[in-house]
Amino acid sequence: MTALVFRKLAAMPRLWRLVAVLGGLLIALALPWLIYPPIAMDIVAWALFAVALDLLLGFTGLLSFGHAAFWGSAAYTAGTIAIETGAPFPVAVLGAAVVAMVLAVPIALLAVRRTGIYFAMVTLAFAQMVYYVANQWRGLTGGENGLQGIPKNLFGLDLSDPFYFYYAGLPIALIGLLIAWRVVHSPFGRVLVAIRENPARSRSLGYPVDRYKVMVFVISAGLSGLAGGLYAVSHGFASLQEVYWTTSGKVVIMTVLGGIGTLWGSMIGAAVIVQVEDYLATSGIHIGPVNITGPGLITGLIFVGVVLLFRRGVWGTVAHLLRRRRHVPDAEPHLSGTTVPAAEQEPAVAPKS
Amino acid sequence: MDPSDGAVIKTAGLSKSFRGFTAVDRVDLTVADGDVHALVGPNGAGKTTLFNLLTGFLKPSAGQIMLGGRDITGSSPERIARLGVARSFQITNLFEQLTLQQHVELALMGTTKLGHRFWVSDRVLTKFRARAGELLDEVGLVRQREVPAGTLAYGQKRALELALALALDPAVLLLDEPTAGMGMEDVERTVELVRRIRTDRTVVLVEHNMSVVAGLADRVTVLQFGQILTEGTYDEVRSDPRVIEAYLGGESAA
Ligand SMILES: Nc1ncnc2c1ncn2[C@@H]1O[C@H](COP(=O)(O)OP(=O)(O)OP(=O)(O)O)[C@@H](O)[C@H]1O
Ligand SMILES: [Mg+2]
Repeated sequence: MTALVFRKLAAMPRLWRLVAVLGGLLIALALPWLIYPPIAMDIVAWALFAVALDLLLGFTGLLSFGHAAFWGSAAYTAGTIAIETGAPFPVAVLGAAVVAMVLAVPIALLAVRRTGIYFAMVTLAFAQMVYYVANQWRGLTGGENGLQGIPKNLFGLDLSDPFYFYYAGLPIALIGLLIAWRVVHSPFGRVLVAIRENPARSRSLGYPVDRYKVMVFVISAGLSGLAGGLYAVSHGFASLQEVYWTTSGKVVIMTVLGGIGTLWGSMIGAAVIVQVEDYLATSGIHIGPVNITGPGLITGLIFVGVVLLFRRGVWGTVAHLLRRRRHVPDAEPHLSGTTVPAAEQEPAVAPKS
Repeated sequence: MDPSDGAVIKTAGLSKSFRGFTAVDRVDLTVADGDVHALVGPNGAGKTTLFNLLTGFLKPSAGQIMLGGRDITGSSPERIARLGVARSFQITNLFEQLTLQQHVELALMGTTKLGHRFWVSDRVLTKFRARAGELLDEVGLVRQREVPAGTLAYGQKRALELALALALDPAVLLLDEPTAGMGMEDVERTVELVRRIRTDRTVVLVEHNMSVVAGLADRVTVLQFGQILTEGTYDEVRSDPRVIEAYLGGESAA
């Protein structure tokens, strides 16, 4: 498995962590000044989604390949609530998160019986079922046309300007991130890491592993729902894209790209992917008549590159280097260990000359 | 079963087959309350498989397991652990990336309801710190408490296994070759430790080192080909010609 970077981070002096949190908060607040505000909102929503996935992938060792089901069903739910009831959008988003959690319960109960690639397959299969239902149930989802005209209600405030909506939506995402952080740094979070490292041993210590997996799956789905609901309200639109399997794949890529098991990494991965895709969508790169920036290609290439170059992901690698600088031994074996014997051989040669 | 007959563990006709191969064959084992009960037998006799049945990691093909008058046949490992049965594993089975401190904290937390609390800070675990230190001290690992388990030497991992099992404060302790891979000194420390902790619990011990068995066991059960060959005190068993034969036969076959 990948570096247990969150623990490395925890081992950093408190000051470091405070700096990181304040820095992150500052960036979040400044974001719509720096980049196009709707993209800023996209980054925040996807960052929360990626963090939610990381609770499973990085902290519990479960690869869900069906999280589009929660993001997408939440998008439709938030849209429907906002359109039908005219409720303030945070209420719609919260309702969406609840629906995602309810949907997650049966899926989790069946999926946790499997591990590894079979777990991924079960989640994917369920997500495809959700996609199928969304495609058929036109009355609710609008089918291929999507659910249009989702209002951004908030006590009569005019949030039609994406710049202002960003600041209305940001607190929701921050609360979601705070929940994820709390879960990771709780007794429950400790058990999750134990399950990731050795499920059988966790059971022999009295932990009902499947129940823990179901719990974290539902929490993860809830946070994904929060993100998906926010995304749909931000766009005023929920489409089939939201429940399509590529959305599940995209969030996995974001998390792995940033470095699993780090929370920060997921956010960085989300920011990078959203920006790159936005750039490619607005200014495609053509080789002759072929647009090589078709959906997913460049993202895929970046992904492959990062995984090959930085086994721990972007953030994981940074944290690892920081730690090496400070001469803190790593928890896991790494390549530098193999260079030591070579260095030790040198003195043996020296006396000859 | 009548709980007053003093048996903590009682199996009846306990069997386990793997695709036609019977690893544990109609075992009727009775472990008396407060005993140190050794399970010996040649390699492949079914000792570890029997442990896996007793702790719920394997489901029996046939037979029944009673724990203090309660039928636990088919119960899950976590449930059996919570009923007070802890085990150490023959093949070291740890959380490689976690520190020893975190290991023992995890085990101590295993007997509480704290694990489900995802809304409180993990700083509550500091209340286990002192006890974790004591346990690590008992097995001679207190100086390595901040080290990831993956970096320990083999014998030290065995000792950590023991600390984890002890942290659960079990009524029944199942130890699968606790001294395997240990040096003389550590073997002695482990024997001493078992002697100290046995006062208020029952210990079932799989052990190849016969001097350890001689020094600790009240009862010895000899397994061969998944069946109970004989049972008695160490001296009774040692002089049994079938046992000598089994060990010699086992060696030559291996
Ligand atoms: N999961 C399994 N699938 C198939 N065969 C198994 C399995 N587990 C154990 N066995 C077989 O059952 C027999 C008993 O194995 P077991 O590990 O219980 O022996 P043991 O008495 O603990 O031996 P040792 O002293 O070497 O630890 C062996 O022949 C082994 O190959
Ligand atoms: Mg064995």
